[in-house]
This record gives sequence, C-alpha cells and structure tokens, in this order.
Amino acid sequence: MAEILLPLLVLCPLAASLVVFISAGRMGARAIGTVACAGVGISAVLSIILSVMLLSGPVAGGLQVTLWPWMRVAGLSADIAFTLDRISMVMVLVVTIVGLLIHVYAAGYMRDDPGIARFFGCMTLFVAAMLVLVLASDLLCLFIGWEGVGLCSYLLIGFWYDDPANTSAARKAFYMTRMGDVALLCGLLLLACATGSLRIGSVLASVADGRLPASGVNVAAAFILVGALAKSAQIPFQAWLPDAMAGPTPTSALIHAATMVTAGVYLIARVHDLFAMAAPVMALTAVLGALTLLMGACTALVQSDLKRILAWSTISQLGYMFLALGCGVWQAALFHLMTHAFFKALLFLTAGAVIMRAGHEQDIFRLGGLRRAMPGLTAAFVAGASALAGLPLVTAGFYSKEMILSGVWHVHFGLAREWTLSGHPLWGIALLGAFLTALYIFRCVFIVFCGKAGTRAAGRTSRLMGIPLVCLSVLSLFGGVIEMPDTLPSLHLFSALLDPGTPLSHADEPVWLVLAGALAPLAGLGVAWVLWGRPSPVMREIPGQAGVIRPARTGRGMDVLYDRVFVQPFRLLAWLTRLDIPGHAITGTGRLTRAASAGILGVRAGLLDMLAMRATGTARWAGHLPGLFQNGRVRWYAAWIAGGLCAGLAMAVLS
Amino acid sequence: MHALALLAACVTVVGAIMVITRRVAVHAVLYLVVTLLALATVLVMLGASFAAMLEIIIYAGAIMVLFVFVIMMLNLGQPDSAREKEWLRPRAWLGPGVLATIVCAELLYCTSPLSGAAPVPAAITVHDVGADLFGRYVLVVELVSYLLLAGLVSAFYIGRNRAGGR
Amino acid sequence: MLAFSFNDTLLVATVLFSIGLAGVLVRRNMVFMLMSLDIMLNAAALVFVGAGARWHDATGQVMFVLILALAAVETAVGLAIIVCLHARGRPTLDADTGNLLRG
Repeated sequence: MAEILLPLLVLCPLAASLVVFISAGRMGARAIGTVACAGVGISAVLSIILSVMLLSGPVAGGLQVTLWPWMRVAGLSADIAFTLDRISMVMVLVVTIVGLLIHVYAAGYMRDDPGIARFFGCMTLFVAAMLVLVLASDLLCLFIGWEGVGLCSYLLIGFWYDDPANTSAARKAFYMTRMGDVALLCGLLLLACATGSLRIGSVLASVADGRLPASGVNVAAAFILVGALAKSAQIPFQAWLPDAMAGPTPTSALIHAATMVTAGVYLIARVHDLFAMAAPVMALTAVLGALTLLMGACTALVQSDLKRILAWSTISQLGYMFLALGCGVWQAALFHLMTHAFFKALLFLTAGAVIMRAGHEQDIFRLGGLRRAMPGLTAAFVAGASALAGLPLVTAGFYSKEMILSGVWHVHFGLAREWTLSGHPLWGIALLGAFLTALYIFRCVFIVFCGKAGTRAAGRTSRLMGIPLVCLSVLSLFGGVIEMPDTLPSLHLFSALLDPGTPLSHADEPVWLVLAGALAPLAGLGVAWVLWGRPSPVMREIPGQAGVIRPARTGRGMDVLYDRVFVQPFRLLAWLTRLDIPGHAITGTGRLTRAASAGILGVRAGLLDMLAMRATGTARWAGHLPGLFQNGRVRWYAAWIAGGLCAGLAMAVLS
Repeated sequence: MHALALLAACVTVVGAIMVITRRVAVHAVLYLVVTLLALATVLVMLGASFAAMLEIIIYAGAIMVLFVFVIMMLNLGQPDSAREKEWLRPRAWLGPGVLATIVCAELLYCTSPLSGAAPVPAAITVHDVGADLFGRYVLVVELVSYLLLAGLVSAFYIGRNRAGGR
Repeated sequence: MLAFSFNDTLLVATVLFSIGLAGVLVRRNMVFMLMSLDIMLNAAALVFVGAGARWHDATGQVMFVLILALAAVETAVGLAIIVCLHARGRPTLDADTGNLLRG
C-alpha cells in the first residue's frame, strides 16, 4: 500500500504538469488551474496519509521504495529510489501543503495571463522536482531533483520573457546556482569515489565508521556546502535571489517558501552526520550564515521595493537556518524552515495581492494608507510580518527563532585540539538580526499600510486568492506551538518527531536567554513605530542621503561588492549617528551629526575613488598581456596548442 | 604482403600531403578520399576489418559527401583558386612546417620501438567489438549519443534561416 | 594477413598527425582546416586500432567507433558554421578574419 503511494506522491504533480503542457492552448484557464491544483492537492493528501502511516502505523521505521536501477558500472551503482523517513516527511508536508496553497492562489492570480498553461506546467513540475529532491534516497537521484528545481526556477523567473531584464535575471539565477551545482557534483563524486555508493544511508554509515580520511570528509562537506550556499542564496552567492523577483508573485512565493532555496538547507540537514564529522566546515557554515543574516537584514532596511524587501528577508532568514545547521541544531533549522515557509509564502502572496490591487506599484513610498482600503490584506500581512519578526508567544516565528538562538548559545566549535570557539558572538549577531528583522519588516508595514494614502486601490481580492491567505495566516500564527522552549511549558513535539532518540533539551537554559530573544523583536517593533509609524513619523525618507542609497538599490556586480564591503558599514554608522536619536533631540545635535556623517561620506568617497583608480590601473596592466594572445585568430590558437604540445613533449623527452 | 602494406602506407601519407597542398577544394576532397581508402587498407592489415568497413562507409562515404555538398553550395571559383595560391606562398609554410616537424620528431622519439616479440596476433571480429561496445562501454555509447544529439542540435541552430537577422 | 607491426603503425600515425597539424596551421581556408583536422583524427584512431591489434583487445576498435562519431559531429558543426558564414557575405572563408567581423 505505502509502496504504491510513495511514487504516486511524485507522479501526481508530474502527470499534472505533463497534461498542462501537452494541452497548451486547448484548455481554458479555469481547467488548467483545476488540473494543476488537483495534481498538487492529491500529492498533499497522499503526504498526509503517508505521514500518519509513518508515525503510527505499518511503516514506522521508514519507507524505502526502489523503482528501478539507474546505472550499474564498476565501482558505482545508482538507483531511482525514494525514501520516506522523518526528515523527508516534514519536508514533503511543507512542500505539498504550502505548494497547494500557492497553486490555489495562483489559479486566481494568473487567471487572465495568456501564458497560464506554461506557468502552471512549470509550477507543478517545480513541485515534482522538489519532491524528487526531498524523497531521493540516493544522492545522484537527489541531484536530478536539484537540477530540475534549478531548471524550473529559470523557466519561471523568465516567465515574462518579453522584457530583457526578466530573462537576464533568469540567466543570472541559472548561472549562479550552476556554479554551486558544479561544486555539489564534485562533492558527490568525491563521496562516490571514497565509498563506492551514493546511497545516503551507506555514505553516512561509512563516514560514521571513520572509513574516510578526515581531510576527505572535510573537502566533500565543503563542496556540498558550496552547492547548498548557491542554491540557498547565501554569501557569496546572494545576488541572484533579489533579481528573481522578476517572475510572477506566486513563483516568488514558491521559490522562497517551499521549493528552491530551502533545498540547500534540506541537503545539509539530510547529510548532517557528514557535517558533524567536519568541524571546520561546520564553523564556516555558521559564520557564513551569521554574516548572511546580518547582511540581508541591513540591506532589507534600505530597500524601497516591496518584493525586494521580502527577498532580502528570505536571504536573512536562510542565514538563520545555515547558522543553526552550522551549530549542529539541524532540527531547529528544519523547524525554522517550516515556519518560514508558512509566513514567507503568506507575505509574498499578500504582497502580490496588494501590488495587484494598487495598480502594480511596488515602491513602498508610493504606496501608503492601504489599511483602510484593504483591511483583510492588512491583517494577513501584519500576521506574516509578526511571524517574520518573531513577536513573542503569538507567532510561529518566535518559537523557531528561539530554538535556533538557544542552540547557538550552547554550541562550541572544536576546531582543533585546545582551541574551541564559543557560539556566543554568533548568538549576539543572531539577536541583532532579530532586532533588525522586526525593524525592517515593520518599517514596511507602517509605510505601506499606515500613514497618508498613496496610490488608489482598485478591485477586490478574489475568494480563490483569499482562502490560501487565511490558511497561511493561521499556520504562521499558530504553527509554531508544537515546539516550545523549556522555560515556557516545555513541549518538544517537533524535535521528538524528527529525532525520537535524542531529544533536544536545554534544561540549564537561563530565563534571560528566552527573554532577550523575546525582547529583541519587540524593541525592533518599537523603534520602527517611532521612526515610521507615528502620525508624524520621524522619517519618511532619510533626508539628504538619497544619493547614497540609490547605488545600494540598483547596484550590480562590482557596485554590490563595494556596497557590501565599504558603503554598508559607513552608511550604517552614518545612519546610526544621525537617526538613533529620535524625534525632538535631533534638532539639537543635528548639525553635529550632519557634519560627522558628511566627513564619513567624504572619506568613503575618497577611499572608493582611490580603490577604483588602483583597481582599473592594475586591471589595465594585467589585461594587456593576455590581450596579445587573445587576438581571435583560430590559427594562432592552434599554433599555441601545437607549441604547448612541443614543449610538453620536449619536457618528456629531456627528463 | 609486405609490399602491399608499404604501398598502402605510402599512399596514405602522400595523399595526406596532397590534401593540404591543393588549391582547389574538390581536388583536396578527392585526395582525402584516396587517403581514407588507403587507411582502410592499413586497417585491414591490422586485422581490424570492421573498423576498415566503418572507415569506408562512414568516413569516405558519408562525411566526404558532406564536404562535397558544402563545396558545391559555396561555389568556389577561379578567384578563390588564385587567392589560395596567394595564401600558400612558401613563406607561409615556414612556421607551421617547423612546428609540425618538431612535433613529429618528438613523437617518434617518444614512441621508441617496442622490443620483444609481439604476441601472435589474431583478428578482432565484429563480435568482440559489439560485445565490448554494449557491455563494458555502454555508458560511453550513451554519452556519444548525447554528443551526436548535441552536434545535431547545434548544427541545426547554426544553419537555420534567420529571417530578419543580420 | 597481419602485415603491419605496431611500430609501423605508430610511424604512419605520427607522420599523418604531423601532416594534419601542418595543414591546420598553414591553411587559411576553413574547409581545408576541417579536412586537416579529419586527417589528425584519423591518425589518432589508427593508433588506437594498432594498439588494439597489438594487445588483442577490442577496446581499440571501440575507441575507433567513438572517434568516428566525434569526427562526424565535428565535421557537421564545422560545415554548418562555414555555410552560415558564407551565407552572411563572408565569401573568402578566411579563418583569420573571424575576429574582425561579427557574424
């Protein structure tokens, strides 16, 4: 019974995708939406049935189905095989249920688009590929899903391919994740060479046995980490995700919440035993995660595009997950992944509805006062925003973030003998990140929904789009109570679900730890209220800094690098010196701070100019030499090859 | 028998030299066919009759026909011949000739003659080749099929009629 | 029947390879360059077959088949490029002007 249901779980979306693709143009929009939703819906029902069977019934020990052997060559065998265990069960539930809600919403959102067949074909294929990735019991089979997810994201980001900006965004996403894919493939090949199999269970078993040398484990883990970083848009691959906003909003929701970016987190959680043997890579993961969460939060603070704010917030939240993975609390990472899927899908879908009704205006400074025109959407967005900020007790985000924070507090990295690294600085960064998260998301809430009216809202949100929003609101508010800190009524349903053997218990957790985690978002909310929320807010726009902020908003490539390395800290400094003093006190010290920040800006400009001059000078000098060889003449290239052959043979002869 | 082998090798080498020195493309193609046929003879003498058949059928048959078609399409004429003569001045031969000679000498030096009696050779039949091709090397055959597909697609893409293009 | 020794095969193949190399380097017409490339590929294939005969292993001829496929692909794509360039008003097929005109 269960052996039949498990392949069906993947086949349903795949079949729906095929039906939609093949029937392109011959089915009405409603029929296409119905088929797609039905495919994902059946899959969601199946996943619930299978979860019940796994938790209580006949297949309690995990389910393994081998469909067919893929390749058998000497030293390596690979099967198309699916495994349902507790980790993949959680992921399957998230992917199918959130995916179903997004599909239902998209059926309303994309109703009038001429390319709806292509859209739904790609969306269901996306879900199917993600399910393959999640369920695969073989790393090579997982790689199929990994590539399928990348392909579908490319197709969907470039969905409106008429605009060159969209296609270039799609290409950017494809290229950047491709770099990671190469690294992942290298890691897989290393593991395959070392263990002779890519079946996850046997790979982890042979790693745990110590059959692999420590350096091999470290290198393989590092390669897999690079793959996961690229997929999950972490430093240094973070640039593709904000551009991925070019696709339709349901696509963004699917990429950010359920499918694409969570794949990296899932992969590392899946092979956490491998990472547990590679302490330096774990520390690297944690540090990169912490940096990413801080950077994402800082950047989200200065964005003015509604969807871009959400995109950077995704990067930041994924940073939390990587931080948790790096600290070894992968249960917390998966828990945060789940709650994040709920509230980020909610935020994106609500933002899509808001933007749609406000006449496709995405600039938050032109929106405003939408509270009165669309109270339902406001409530949904505020619910999502509170969950993202992690307002204590009432939201799901609080519990998952709390779990990560307490895990980070307790971690010790044993990098080398006699040299351990405490997790307390990372905890500080994560706490600062929580404060900034609340600050930027409530900045967005106050500017968009409060204040004086901006654009006029038109139309109504259809019921088809409303129902998923209600479901997601409920989930993102109450979906987190299955796991609570010890100081609250100690409840560990989720970690017990994932890993019944070793429950996470922090009995010695001080109360102030939970209290700090609860107060940081509240502080962020308060500061956001003071700065943007009051009837006469301190700042609608940061005065006199428009010229500084613009490059941060539009910057690409080298600009982005400069922005991250030089501009952000300076601007943060300038921003703090100027604005940390709220309201009335600003007049007194205004002149002083202005002079100080002008000085800082001047130094910054001078520094940047100097660096740019040096960089161009060096580049020109270095570019001259290869330029002689790169003359574009095929015969010269052939001659160089022959010359190299001559030289190589001569070395062989003479030695 | 050895005389025939010597003759085949000589025809191969001379034919190849003629290919790279002709001014008219069709002549070069004909010399190339001669070269390939002589090479097929060499292959037969190496006991690889299957490879020799493939050489004749696919190389001398199919690929050369492709060349002939393209040359017919290009419609090269008298001015082309003159230009080829201009391009083939003795000075142009200097660098490539030296380079190729060095490569040849080094290769010959590296592949110093194998000593010892060769094992009694026996012909390798099609059966052996097929069993290997679809047994041990089946994955490689799959890869080659991908390569052929990629070649097909890219040739189609390059050669398609771009209306309104440059 | 087997009149060729492995050493003779290597000699012939080396000479063929060098001739092909010289052809690639010296000819500016792309059709001739393709033909020279085919000569080089044939030389490589000949070494494989010779080695297969020497050690009595069918792998040599398997490699020959693979090289044949490679040569077919290479010729098809190369000729497609040539036809494409010719159709765009590049009648001389000079490989050295590939860097001057955007095709």
